[in-house]
Parts: sequence; structure tokens; C-alpha cells
Amino acid sequence: MTSTPDTPLREEAHNRRRLLMERSHPGRTGVTLPASDVPPQLIPEQAMLRDDLHLPEVTEGEVVRYFTHLSQLNFSIDTNFYPLGSCTMKYNPKLNEAVAATPGFALAHPAQPETQVQGCLEAVFRLQTYLQEVSGLPGASLAPLAGAQGELAGILTLRAALDARGEGRRRKMLIPDTAHGTNPASAAMAGFQVISVPSTSEGDIDLDAVRAEADEQLAGVMFTQPTTLGLFDRNAIEMCRIVHEAGGLVYGDGANMNALLGRAKLGHFGFDVVHMNLHKTFSTPHGGGGPGAGPICVTEALAPFLPGPIAVQREDGSYGSEMPTKSIGRCGGAQGNFGVLIRALTYISLLGGDGMLNISGNAVLNANYLLAKLRPLFELPYDRSVMHEVVFAARKRPGATALNVSKRLLDHGFHAPTMYFPLVVPEALMIEPTETESRETLDAFIETLERIDAEAAADEDFLRGAPYETPISRLDEARAARRPELRWRPSED
Amino acid sequence: MPVPEDRRYSREHEWALPEPDGLILVGITDFAQHELGDVVYVDLPRPGDRVTQNAQMGEVESVKAVSELFSPVSGEVAAVNEDVKNAPELLNESPHEKGWLIRVKPDDPAELDSLLDAAAYTALTE
Amino acid sequence: MSDSPLTSPFIPNTDDDRAAMLAEVGTAAVEDLFGDIPEQFRHPGLALPAPVPEMELRAEMSALAQRNFHAGEHASFLGAGVYQHFCPAVVAPLVTRGEFLTSYTPYQPEVSQGTLQGTFEFQTLTAQLFGMEVSNAGMYDGASSLAEGALMACRVTKRSRVAVLDTVNPRYVETIRFYTQPQGIEVYETDPASPELHADTACLISQYPNFFGCFEDTQALVDLAHAQGALAVMSCDPTALAMYKPPGGFGVDIATGEGQALGIPPSFGGPYVGIFTCRQEYVRQLPGRIAGRTVDTEGRTGYVLTLQPREQHIRREHATSNICTSTALIGLWATIYLSLMGKQGLRHVAELCYQKAHYAASRIAELPGYSLPVSGPFFQEFVVTCPRPAAEVSAALEQRGIIGGLDVSDRYPNGMLLCVTEVNTRDQIERLVDALGEIS
Repeated sequence: MTSTPDTPLREEAHNRRRLLMERSHPGRTGVTLPASDVPPQLIPEQAMLRDDLHLPEVTEGEVVRYFTHLSQLNFSIDTNFYPLGSCTMKYNPKLNEAVAATPGFALAHPAQPETQVQGCLEAVFRLQTYLQEVSGLPGASLAPLAGAQGELAGILTLRAALDARGEGRRRKMLIPDTAHGTNPASAAMAGFQVISVPSTSEGDIDLDAVRAEADEQLAGVMFTQPTTLGLFDRNAIEMCRIVHEAGGLVYGDGANMNALLGRAKLGHFGFDVVHMNLHKTFSTPHGGGGPGAGPICVTEALAPFLPGPIAVQREDGSYGSEMPTKSIGRCGGAQGNFGVLIRALTYISLLGGDGMLNISGNAVLNANYLLAKLRPLFELPYDRSVMHEVVFAARKRPGATALNVSKRLLDHGFHAPTMYFPLVVPEALMIEPTETESRETLDAFIETLERIDAEAAADEDFLRGAPYETPISRLDEARAARRPELRWRPSED
Repeated sequence: MPVPEDRRYSREHEWALPEPDGLILVGITDFAQHELGDVVYVDLPRPGDRVTQNAQMGEVESVKAVSELFSPVSGEVAAVNEDVKNAPELLNESPHEKGWLIRVKPDDPAELDSLLDAAAYTALTE
Repeated sequence: MSDSPLTSPFIPNTDDDRAAMLAEVGTAAVEDLFGDIPEQFRHPGLALPAPVPEMELRAEMSALAQRNFHAGEHASFLGAGVYQHFCPAVVAPLVTRGEFLTSYTPYQPEVSQGTLQGTFEFQTLTAQLFGMEVSNAGMYDGASSLAEGALMACRVTKRSRVAVLDTVNPRYVETIRFYTQPQGIEVYETDPASPELHADTACLISQYPNFFGCFEDTQALVDLAHAQGALAVMSCDPTALAMYKPPGGFGVDIATGEGQALGIPPSFGGPYVGIFTCRQEYVRQLPGRIAGRTVDTEGRTGYVLTLQPREQHIRREHATSNICTSTALIGLWATIYLSLMGKQGLRHVAELCYQKAHYAASRIAELPGYSLPVSGPFFQEFVVTCPRPAAEVSAALEQRGIIGGLDVSDRYPNGMLLCVTEVNTRDQIERLVDALGEIS
């Protein structure tokens, strides 16, 4: 026996990760199904049928063991602190799941007549009302299926309003250099010309740059408040005034709404359209990359252009579903991600108005606590009190780059912060603790970062090899992109 | 960082090497490949396409970035390096030799004079 | 017992914690942290209802759910793009494991192999089911997936008109318009019998089976598109593909689908997952996330998000799409469903749908006053011409405890689109037939 002691373990780990098609054995099945209970019908002509269906043949027990094992390779909020900036990885209440799985909701069909789905329509109507209240804007559509689709729907609403007043020439969309990539991508999909606007050295939008573009071609601005720097932009209110005066409209990206819940309303600042990410602010689970929901709220002037359908309450107290009079149309096959909406409704109902204040207060306090305690370890590009998150620059020690610090954090059971974003901060580490983390967790996180800093001080190269303790080490992303292997192929069998 | 003296350089970090047959070989510099990191994909014009000095002629992707490629000369594309399309890592491993991108039949070989020489390019990247 | 409001079960900080933290921050009160917000905007008041404790809230929400007349309690023959299929009990507990449910997009692959490998499985199984070369990680739903397919066809062909057969789901057509028209792309509907294609038509979009349940002459459509230099784009029902020749078999270039049919609850419209498959040569034009296989520093196989420069976080306004989500969790649901059903199970389900739908159709066609206005092969859906307006028939069915089909009278006078799947028992079918007989 010459094998090293860990070989059998490695082998076992490899086996546990074999793909479904590699586990497949002809004749196995994972399901029981009934026989047909109707008289046999004429079968279609053979030419229409297929004989090449390649799907795995595995048992239920194998499926359970395989996917349970896969799940254990993930970090999640349920298992780890997940301070991923701009993503608002707060605890996702289990009550939300139980309510969404209620048969009356889960089995309701989107094409049923209104009379048959009064419960669903009332739920949507309630949430619509709550989101209007939270945003301070009187119109709402809950149809968009995710934040980015909410952005697209929001600026198309804005565009339709401009076009309706005969101002179709307005096609310039200002976007700050700190914006999420979805903002310029959505603007381009909506047919706008993107113009990037810089920020001042204090992290607020550069008003002179806005003024320079405030002309008859200006459609508007897409703005995130608080910004991706974790700051409340002190120039944004004046920016709204300038854009409005020039005849443009203001789109508000509500990705960071967690900081403002009950503290201020985006509509009051002058935003004409706002989208919200229910999977951030309102605790619906992220699911490893969706589903989300991206409702939009708008001013009264823009409401007729909203995407539909929209839930309405009729005079007799019943609920209905309608397309707004000048609607930009439908952004999906049905009427929105109801399963996500019902989770958000549950969350807001459980916590109520006071609960919203509690959320923003504790989220902002947690972020400022991290700022105060981590300040010695990193550069702080904008030295101000922050909102829901803090952005540092990892530039104090060679070897302790944003990437290396992030990877080493994984070894200690903490998910990495958002790295290298926003783009205006070199070596950015964007940390968002959310309100659902305790002081003990934050202290353990701080202590770990101090230890990592000491490791980097002692050995410049040590962090470059991290992570050391995770199920797999750093992956060769260049190889994946150069010769993409995007699926299992039969030839490898 | 090597900056061969046999060729000229653009401020956009492309090099242009005149060949004996009058064609000009074009590629990206060692400095550029270093800044890009692992190159994973190259999008190039096709033989017969026109390229214009300082205008975009293609794109180069690394794992998490994309950069535009600008032609250092104007002319017609005579050949394209098929090897880099199949093995983009050649841009990292051999930017000045095996990782060349296109061969151009120049409209005006004198255009090369508007480019930087090795010393000036070295100064630009320091 | 105190009647002061309880603190949130989701917020661990106590007053003592807050005091200690504020001291570190160097501020007297939490309120001071909001000092950058101009005074006149602060504390606008929030007119939301008072908190409802879990016990009461569950009762309240159950009562709300109970107000729906739903397929959990009544036989349903409604499809039209969203289908009821049996889903084994084992799927939901696996999908809702916290490690899957509460993780984010797998930006750190070292601690996201579960999601990434699950996505790779999704890409493998959907590509195989569709008979296509590659699949992405998933889109929002079937409609938006098809719309993105239209946009991709315009990028690939550098053309700016989109032809859609008038037998495609009208909601899908609306979604295609929503996505394409702002970019100056013209969408026009055309007759499947003689599709009109122009020199600048980027693609011909069809549905398989079509919105009214039938199959077009798919090969002719694909050949016609290709002859004009356009792409063939097709939206497919995944269940039908267990039985019928898949889009890849016809030479379709981009094939999309609504993943909801793979055992995902209708949930009044979502969340679902859009399937997006295409030819290998178009991978760099794909929208959305893609998982790829690679190795780690020790040569072990692992998975990462790949081809990222296509995406919004890198290419910004030049990205192939603004989409970020892959609806990974629903994709996982579909993946687990497919792995349990497997080759034999899914085929069996498709055949049950076929058998029951054809039985129901033949019985209804025998009823006086009822007829089937569309001829030709169909899968699990068919249009019925009723003796009275479809809305009236639907209401009468509701009184008899049955959820009827979709009113398609705008296309077929008194037309109702009925759907029969494996979950409909023969008893339910007989009840439907009897009820329709009474309604005439």
C-alpha cells in the first residue's frame, strides 16, 4: 500500500460529486407513476416522435444523497455570515416559505378568472399599497420578475411618458460611475444613450457634470440612493431639481432601500420611478441566483404607462387585475412572481411599520460599527458616516488585496464581501452586515480580519494561496472561459 | 518588460512590425497582456476587412474584463492568426511573436512614422 | 406580562448592544447616523398596519389563500402555458434546504459548488431534453426567455425585424414587443401557412406545440427561415419534448421554453424558470449566467460562472442583456424533477397527457353543440367550440366544481382552450364531459 492516507477520502469526494449522467443505470427510476386509466388512443405517427431522450436513470435515494451533498458545499445565510455588499443578505424567515407553499396560493393558476383568485389579487393589492407607502409614490406595478427587469420596465415607463408629451428626442440617460452594471445595461436595452457622470471626491454626484448635460436631449438620470458607496448622496435632491428643470425624469434604483425604510421616502426626494428588490429589502430568499421580484413605484403622472397587469380594488370591494390605460405592456408570460410577492407581504405584515424602522436603524448601526472597528485595517476612500454598507480599499499591505482577503475569509467561515465594486474604488471591499447579524458575529468577523491582516504582515504570499479549508481551492477561470465546457457530454462516459 | 526595438507602438498598446514583403504584422504589447491578465477570447476582423488607424478592430477578453483593440495602421487585413483564436493564451505567453493578431496590407506605410518607437513606448509605460 | 411591543425575532441587537456599538461609533443615538438626510425629509411616517404575530398571521394568510378556487381542491383543465404536473414529494424538501435557498449568486466558487454543479446539471439536462448543443443557467420565465431569443437572433444576424407566427402565445408576443421595440426592432405576426419573411428578418419565431395545442410543420418553418438567412427560434413545452422530436432535431438555432412544466407549482404566475438553449457557435451572444467546468489548483474538477464579459457587470451598456438572475432555485427544482423522472418517467408522463387529452377531446367532440375547430396533431391541449360563450361555460363549470379552460373566443368563436395532463383522472374527465353536456 503506497497510497497516501488521504487518497480514499479524495476518491470518495470525487465519487460524491459524480454527475447525474455518470450515475445513471438503465432500469433505475426515481418515481412511481400511474398507468393510463383511459381507453388507449391512437398514437401519433412515428416520424413526429423521438427515440433519443437522454435523461438520467437514478433512484430517489441517490437523488436525495447527491443533492444533499451538493447543498453542503454551499455557503448560505442559514449557515454563514454573508456580508456581500449591495446584496442585503439578511436572514430569510421560514414563515415566508410556509405561507408561499400554502396550496391555495401555490396551486392558483395565473389565467383563472378574477372571481376564482380573489385571495391572490387581494394579496397583490395589499403589497402594492404597502410598497407605495414605503416609497412615497402613488403608482405601482408588481409585474417585473427581478430587479434588472424592474429597471428596464421603470425606464421604459419613463420613456413612454416622455414620448407621450412629444419629447421622443430625449434619449440621453445619465448614470453615475458608481452605478450597478445593470443600470447602463437596462438603459441601453430601453434605447437610451448612456452618459457616465462622475462623483465628487466626497462620494456625491458631481452636480456640474449633471448641469452640463441638462439640455433638451436629456431623458433623465438613473440614480441609486443610498449609493453603492454606502453613502447617502447629499447632492441627489439638487440633482433631481436640475433634471426636472431641464425637462427630464429621475429613475431611482432602490437596491439599497434597506437603509431608508421608514427613515425617508425616495418619492419625496424627487424620484419619478423607483424599483425595489424584494429579495434584498423584504427578505425573500436569493436562491443561489433567483428568483427575485422587482416591483416599481411611480408618480401619478407616470402611472398610466406602467407595465401590467396591476391589481385593483373595485367599488364592490372585490379585486381585479387591469392593464393601465397607456401601459408599456407585459414583461413576462403571467403577472409577476407571485410566490415572491407573497413572501414579502408576509414579512411586512409580520413586522409592521415599527419593524421597518427597526430594520433600517440596526442595519445602519451595524455598518457604522464595522466602519469604526475595521478602519485601522484598510483605506477608507470616503471618510463619512455610512448607511447600510461600508466600502474599504484593501491597499495597506502587499498580498492583502481585496481578492486575497476575501478568499482567506472563506477559510474562517465568512462569505466574502463584494469585491472590486464599485469600480471607482480600487481594491474595493464592500461590506453589508444587515440588521439580522449580532454584535458577537460582527466582532468575530472583525477579529478574523485582524488575524488575516497579521497573516499578511507575517508572510506576503500566504493569502495568495487561500482558501485552504474550503471544499475546493481556487479555480482556473481562464481555462473555463478559453475552452468552455458547459454541459456533460456523452463522449466522456 | 520586453519592448522589442524592431517595431513601432501605439498609445493603445498595440505594436506594428513591418515585414520584408511590405505587410505589417500587428499585435498587443507585453505591457498590455500583463495589464489584461489571462486572455480568454479574441475577436478579430476577417481577412479582406478594412482597418483604420486608431479605430477599433476587435476585442480581447480576459476572465473579468473586456478591452477594445485599436489598429495601429490603416489598410486591408491580409491574414488573421487562427492560432490565437483557438489558443488565446498565446497572447499572454508570446505577445510579440506567436501571439500576433493580424497581418495588414497598409494603405500608406509612412503611417508607421506617427507611432512611438521602443524608447518612447517604454517611457509611456513607466 | 408586559404589553410593550416585542422586538423583532430577526434582530439580535439589544439596547445594551446598541449602546456599546454607538460608543464605538462615537455617536449618541442611532438617529444621528441618518444626519445626511435633510431634516425635512426625515421620519415621514409610515402608514403600515401594526405588526401581526406569526400565529395570527398564518391564520390570516391561510384565510386569504382559502378565498381562491384552486386546483388543490378542484379539477382543473386550464393550461395555456402554465401546466399542472405531478411532482414527487422529495423535490420541495431538497430545493428548500437552507444551503440552496439562502445562498447568493455563486460569485465565490470555492463555497458555491452546490449551486454551480446544480446549474451545470440544469444546463446538461435541458440541453439534452431540447436536443440542443448548449443551455444557459436559466432566465426569468418562458416568455422573457423567448424575447431574449429574439434579441439574440438580431445580434447574430445583425438584422432588425422579428417574424412571429400568429399561433404563438399572445402573452409571449407582448413580451417580445416589450423587449425588442425600444431598440427599434420591428415585430410582426405572420400566418403559419405562408410565413412572410423579409431580407432583414432576423428570425422566425414559432411555438411547439403552438398556443392552441397543435404542431406546425416545423421542418418547413426551419428550412424557410434558413433559406432567408434568418434564424429559427422556437419556444417549446418541455413535457412534450419527452415524446416528440426535439427542436435540435429540426435544426432550430435558438430554442427556449417555460420550465414551469417541470413540476413547478403554478403559484399564480411565478416564480418559474426560462429555458434558453442554442447552437454552440452562439455562446458568446448568450444572455444571462452560464456555469462552466474547470479545475482547481490541485487539479480537482469544479465549476465556475464563465463567459462573464458578456454580462452587465462587466460590459455594462454593451452587455448581451441586463439580466442577472438565473432563477437558480427554480432551475434546481426542474433539475431534481428531471433526475427523478428520468428517461422513462418523463416519457410516461408525456404519454399519459397525450392519452388523456385525446380521450377527453374525443368525448367532448361527441357532445351535441360542441366541436373541435382545429384539426391536426395535438399534444395535451385543444380548442373546443362551445354552444355558449366560453366565459359562461367557465362560470357554469365553476359552479360544478371544475376550473375550465381559457377563453379563446377572440380567435375561435365560443372557443375554449382545454388542457388535460396526467394529474387529471378519468373520473375528472368524465365529470368535465358530463358538465359540458349539461351546460349545452
